Amino acid sequence: MKPAGCAMSDRASKDLLLDMKDVHIEGFADERWHPIIKGVDLQLHRGEVLGLIGESGAGKSTLGKAAMGYTQPGCRFTAGEVMFDGQELSGMKIKDKRHIWGTRISYVAQSAAASFNPAHRLLDQTIRASKRVGDRSEQVLKSDAVDLFRRLNLPEPETIGLRYPHQVSGGQLQRVMTAMAMSPRPDLIIFDEPTTALDVTTQVEVLSSIRDLVAQFNTAAIYITHDLAVVAQMADRIKVLRYGEEVEQADTRTMLSSPEQDYTKSLWSVRSLEKPEKSGEEILLTIENIDAAYGASKVLHDVSIKLPRGRTVAVVGESGSGKSTTARVITGLLPQLNGTVTFDGAELPRRLRDRSKEQLRRIQMIYQMADTAMNPRQTVGEIIGRPLEFYLGLRGKEQERRVIELLEMIELDASFYDRLPDELSGGQKQRICIARALAAEPDMIICDEVTSALDQIVQEGILNLLQRLQGEFGIAYLFITHDIATVRAISDEIVVMWQGKVVEQGMKQQILSPPHPAYSELLLSSVPEMDPDWLDNLLDRRKHENVSDPAQTGQDPER
Amino acid sequence: MFRLIEVIGKRILLGLVTLFIVSLIIFSSISLLPGDFAQAVLGQTATEATLKAFRESLDLDKPVITRYFRWVAGVMQGDMGNTFSGRSTGGQGIDVSRPVVEIMLPKLRNTLFLAGVTAAISVPLALMLGFLTALFRNSIFDRTANAITLSTIAMPEFFLAYMLIILLGGYLPTIANVRAETEFLQRLLLVTLPTMTLTLVIVAAMMRMTRAAIINLLASPYIEMARLSGASQAEIIFRHALPNAWAPIATVIAFNMAWLVVGVVVVEVVFTYDGIGKLMVDSVGSRDIPVVQACALVFAATYISMNLLADIVGIVTNPRLLHPR
Amino acid sequence: MSDSQTQHAAIAETSTVRVRRTRWQRMRILFSRAPLTAWFGMVVVAIYAVVTLFAPLLAPYGEAEVFSRGDAPWSREHLLGTDRIGRDVLTRLLYGARNTVGIALGTTMLALLIGGSLGLIAAINRSWLDQIISRAVDTIMAIPGLIFALMLLAIFGASILSLILIVGITYATNFFRLTRSVSLNVVVMDYVEAARLRGENMVWIMAREILPNILPPLIAEFGLRFIFVFLFIASLSFLGMGIQPPTADWGSMVRENAHWITFVPFVPFQDAFFYGLKPLLPAGCIALLTIGVNFIVDWFIHETSGLRDV
Repeated sequence: MKPAGCAMSDRASKDLLLDMKDVHIEGFADERWHPIIKGVDLQLHRGEVLGLIGESGAGKSTLGKAAMGYTQPGCRFTAGEVMFDGQELSGMKIKDKRHIWGTRISYVAQSAAASFNPAHRLLDQTIRASKRVGDRSEQVLKSDAVDLFRRLNLPEPETIGLRYPHQVSGGQLQRVMTAMAMSPRPDLIIFDEPTTALDVTTQVEVLSSIRDLVAQFNTAAIYITHDLAVVAQMADRIKVLRYGEEVEQADTRTMLSSPEQDYTKSLWSVRSLEKPEKSGEEILLTIENIDAAYGASKVLHDVSIKLPRGRTVAVVGESGSGKSTTARVITGLLPQLNGTVTFDGAELPRRLRDRSKEQLRRIQMIYQMADTAMNPRQTVGEIIGRPLEFYLGLRGKEQERRVIELLEMIELDASFYDRLPDELSGGQKQRICIARALAAEPDMIICDEVTSALDQIVQEGILNLLQRLQGEFGIAYLFITHDIATVRAISDEIVVMWQGKVVEQGMKQQILSPPHPAYSELLLSSVPEMDPDWLDNLLDRRKHENVSDPAQTGQDPER
Repeated sequence: MFRLIEVIGKRILLGLVTLFIVSLIIFSSISLLPGDFAQAVLGQTATEATLKAFRESLDLDKPVITRYFRWVAGVMQGDMGNTFSGRSTGGQGIDVSRPVVEIMLPKLRNTLFLAGVTAAISVPLALMLGFLTALFRNSIFDRTANAITLSTIAMPEFFLAYMLIILLGGYLPTIANVRAETEFLQRLLLVTLPTMTLTLVIVAAMMRMTRAAIINLLASPYIEMARLSGASQAEIIFRHALPNAWAPIATVIAFNMAWLVVGVVVVEVVFTYDGIGKLMVDSVGSRDIPVVQACALVFAATYISMNLLADIVGIVTNPRLLHPR
Repeated sequence: MSDSQTQHAAIAETSTVRVRRTRWQRMRILFSRAPLTAWFGMVVVAIYAVVTLFAPLLAPYGEAEVFSRGDAPWSREHLLGTDRIGRDVLTRLLYGARNTVGIALGTTMLALLIGGSLGLIAAINRSWLDQIISRAVDTIMAIPGLIFALMLLAIFGASILSLILIVGITYATNFFRLTRSVSLNVVVMDYVEAARLRGENMVWIMAREILPNILPPLIAEFGLRFIFVFLFIASLSFLGMGIQPPTADWGSMVRENAHWITFVPFVPFQDAFFYGLKPLLPAGCIALLTIGVNFIVDWFIHETSGLRDV
C-alpha cells in the first residue's frame, strides 16, 4: 500500500462527474422559508476529493446532501441544477433517485452510532445497497466487505461484521460506515464530518483509512468538515462556504499558503494564535494526591495540579481522561476520596455545601455549552445580576449599572440587558457566561472546553477576551480542553491527563517540545496540523518508530 | 442469552411484587372502613348476636395479617369468600350467600368475550390507520383523522353509546342480555353496539399512539441513512423501521388492552351487559365488599400482566439485550 | 484585530439567532396561525366559563326546585322539559356546568399540586425519597384508576370530598411522573449546576431555575389531565358513585334520564333523536367541553414542543 496523497492533484482527471450550477435551497423555520444555500456552483471530477469547509450554519452539510439531489425534510430546491454524470438530480423523481443513492453516490454520516440500524448486523447493513444492484452474489459481496474491513484496519475483519452496532466502538463504526459506502463501488462518496465526534488519536487512524480507500478505488469524494487541518489532509481542492455562499475556492496548497479573502484569512489566523508563557510566583490553588470515583468506578488516581495566581494552566486530554472530573472535585460537586484541595493557603472543604459563600465566590466556572449554561427563561440582566445580588448585595439601580459595566467589559452593550438567551448568537452567549463569572469578582475561573462548541472565528474573540480580562484583573484560569491549538493560544502551563492520571505537567514550551512520555507523544502528534503533508509524515514516522496504534491493536482508547 | 433471561426474570418478579402489594392494598382497604364494619354491612337493625356471628365468620376478631394470608391462600385455591348479600341477618335465617367465584366466573367469561371481540377488530384497524397517518403525515387524510380521533378520545363512552343507540337502535339490539346458553352468532349480534362503542374509543387512542411511535422512529438518523442509501419506502418501513418498532407498538397495544379491560365497565352498564364490570358497579352500590375485592383483584391482575407482557416484548426485541457486548 | 473591531464583531454576530420580538408580537403571531379547531376550542371554553360563573343569573329556576309534572316535554315554562321527578332540565344543565366543571377543575389542581411538588422534590433529591415515592406511584399506577376509585368509594362512601381526594390522588401519579421526568432533564442542565455552585438554596433553584422551564409541558399536561379527570368523574357519576343528588351534575343527569333511551328502538327514526335528547344533552355538554379543551391542548403542545411540521 503506497501512502496516498503525494500526487493528489494529478489524480483528478478532467472527466467531470458532478456539476452543480447556481443551487438555491430554502428551509422552513419560524413560519417562513429562509434561504440556506444562495446560489452555489460546484464541480467535481472523477477521482477528485473536494473539501467543503465552513462554520456552523454555513450550509455545508445541506450542500453536501444536495449533491445527491436530497434535501432534508423541511427544505427544498428553489433554483439551479445538479448534474450527476449527465443526469439532473434535483428535479428527478424519488423513484429514479433510489437507483443512484447508495449505489452510485453514497453518504457517510457524522454520527455512525445513530446512523446504523440497531436491529441488524453490521455485515448485512454494509452490503445492503450493493445487493440491490444485483450484479454480484451475496457471497462475493460478503467477502468483498471483509476485504474492505481489512483495508480499513478494523480488528477481526472476518467476524466484526457479525456484530451489532452497539457492540463496536465509535471509531470502528465510522470505518464500517466507510466500508458500507464503498461496498457498491460508487462514483462519489459524501463524507459529512465523519471524524468530528471522535477523539484525536482515533481520528488519525480513521482519516488515513478513508484516504487510502478513496485513493485505491479512485472514488470522487466531497469531504465536509469545519476543521481546516483535517481538510488539508484529505482534499485536492477546498471550497470555503459562509452564510450559504461560496467565499472562495482553490487547490489545497494554494488555499493554505495564500488565501485571498479576508474571511478565509481570519479562519486561518485562529490557528496561529499564540501567547508567550509566563511563570507564576505565588500558587493560588493546589490539588494534591486526589482520588475520586463515581460510585464504584474510580476515575481519578493520585492527581496533583498547581495553579499559579493570575496564570493559565491548560488541562489536556481526551474524553475519559478525567479532566472534567478534576474540575468537579475542585468545585466540590464530587467530593474526593483522598487528597486535599488548597485554595489561597487554606484547605477547601470537600463538599460543596460545607463551603462558605466567600469560598464559592472566589472560584467561578464557565461551561462548554453556553446554551445549557444559561436559564432560557431569564434575561441577560437577571443572569448577570444574580451573582451581583447574591455575593455582593447589589440591588436595583446599582445592580443594573454594574451589569451594564460588565456587558461593556465583554464587548457587548446595554441593549443586551433585557434579551433572552435564544436571542443571542453562540459567541454572545459565551460572553454572557463570562460576564456572569466575572460578576462574582473571582480569583480563578475554571473554563471547561469553553471554545470547543464555537466556530473558529468566534473562538478567537473569546480567547482574546479571556486573555485581556486576565491582564486587567489577574484572574487565574484552569483551562480544560482537548484542542492543542487552544492550548497554544492561551496557556502558560500544561497538564496532560490520561485515564484519570496526570501524565505530565510543566511550562508550555517544555511540554510541547520533545521528548514526551509515550501518551503525550501519541496525543500531541495526533493533532492535525495545517500542513497537507502532515498525515503522510506522521504515518511514515509512526511506521519507523513503531508507535503502537491503539486502534490497530484493538484497544480503542474509548473503550 | 443468560442476560436476557435474567432481565425478563427480574421484570416478572417485579410484576409479582406489584401484584402482591396491590392485593395487600385491596385487602387492607376493608380495615380502612370507618366505623364498625359489621354494623355498616348488616345495618342498624342487626342484633348483637348476629353482629358477633358475622364478625366471626369473617375472622374480624383475628389480626389483619392472619386474615390477609387466609384470604390469599383462598384466592390461590380459587376461593374468594362468600358474598355479603343474602347473608342471614336474623340469628337463624337461611344463609343464601354464594361463593364469589361462582358468581364471577360466567361474568368474567362474558367480559373477556366482549373485550376479545373488540380487540380483534380494533388492534389491526388502529395499527393500520396509525401506520397510514404516520406515512402520509399532514395530508388531508391525516388531518381529518387527527381531528376525529381528538374528538372521539374526548367523548365519554356513554355519550358515544347513546349516539350509536339513537342512530342504529332501530336495527341492532340495544340491550345486550346474553345468557350462558346464548349461541355464538347471537352473542355477536348482541354485542355489536357495545363493541362499536369500545372500538371507537380504543381505535382513536391506539391509532394516535401508533402514529406518534412510527413518526418518532422515522425521524431517527438511521432511517435517513437508509433513505440516502437508496432504500425504497417499503424497504424503509419493513426492514428498517419495523424491527425497531415492536417494542413501542407492543407498549401501545398492551396499554390500550389494559385500558379496554377497564373501559368495559361503563359500556357494560349502558348496555346492561352481564359482565364483571357491571358486577363490580352493582356490588359497589350494595357495598358487597368481597365481590368488590375479587373484581378489583381480577382487573388489577389483568392490567398488571398486560403491562408486563408489553415490557417483555420490548425486552426480547431490544438488540442491545439480545446481543450483549 | 483592534478592540473596536472585536466589539463590532461580537455585537453583530447574528447568523442563527431567533428574531427579537416582544411578547405581544409573539402572541399575535401565535394566534394568527391557530388552526380552526383551536379557535373552536377557545370559543367553547369561553362560553363554558361564562355559564360556570353566572349560572344562578342565567338559570330560570332554582337548582333543586321540583315541579309537579315529571318527564315533561319541551314547553314555554320548561324550555328543555323536566326530568323524572320534575326538575327543570335547562336549570339543572346550567348549574351542572358549575358543579361538574368546578369539581373537575379543583380535583385536577389538587392532583397537580400533590404530583407536581412531589415530582420536583424527587427530581432534585434523587435518593431514598425518590425511590420510595417512585415505587409507590408505580404501584398505584399498576391498579386501573377507575377500579381503584370504585373500590375506595365502595369503602368510604360517595361524597364530594372523598371523590375529590380519591380522584386527585389517582391522577397525582400522572403529574408526578411527568414533573419528575421533565425536571430531570432540567436538573442536569449546566445552569442548575451553576446555581448550585453559586451556593443557592434548594427552594431558589426549584422556583427560579427549574419551575419556569417545566411550565409549558406542565400546562399542557394540566389541560390533558383535566379532560381525563372530567371524564372520569362524569363516568363515576354516571355509574352512581360520583356527585350525589340533589347537586346537579351532568354525569348523574345522564343516568337520571337514561330511561328515555329505552324507548329509542321502538320509535320511528326521526323521533329517536327527540327521545334520546334528555340524556344526550348533558352527555353532549361533557363531550363538547372535553373536545374543545383537547383541541386547544393539541395546538398548545404543537406550538411549544418546537415540532413544526412542514
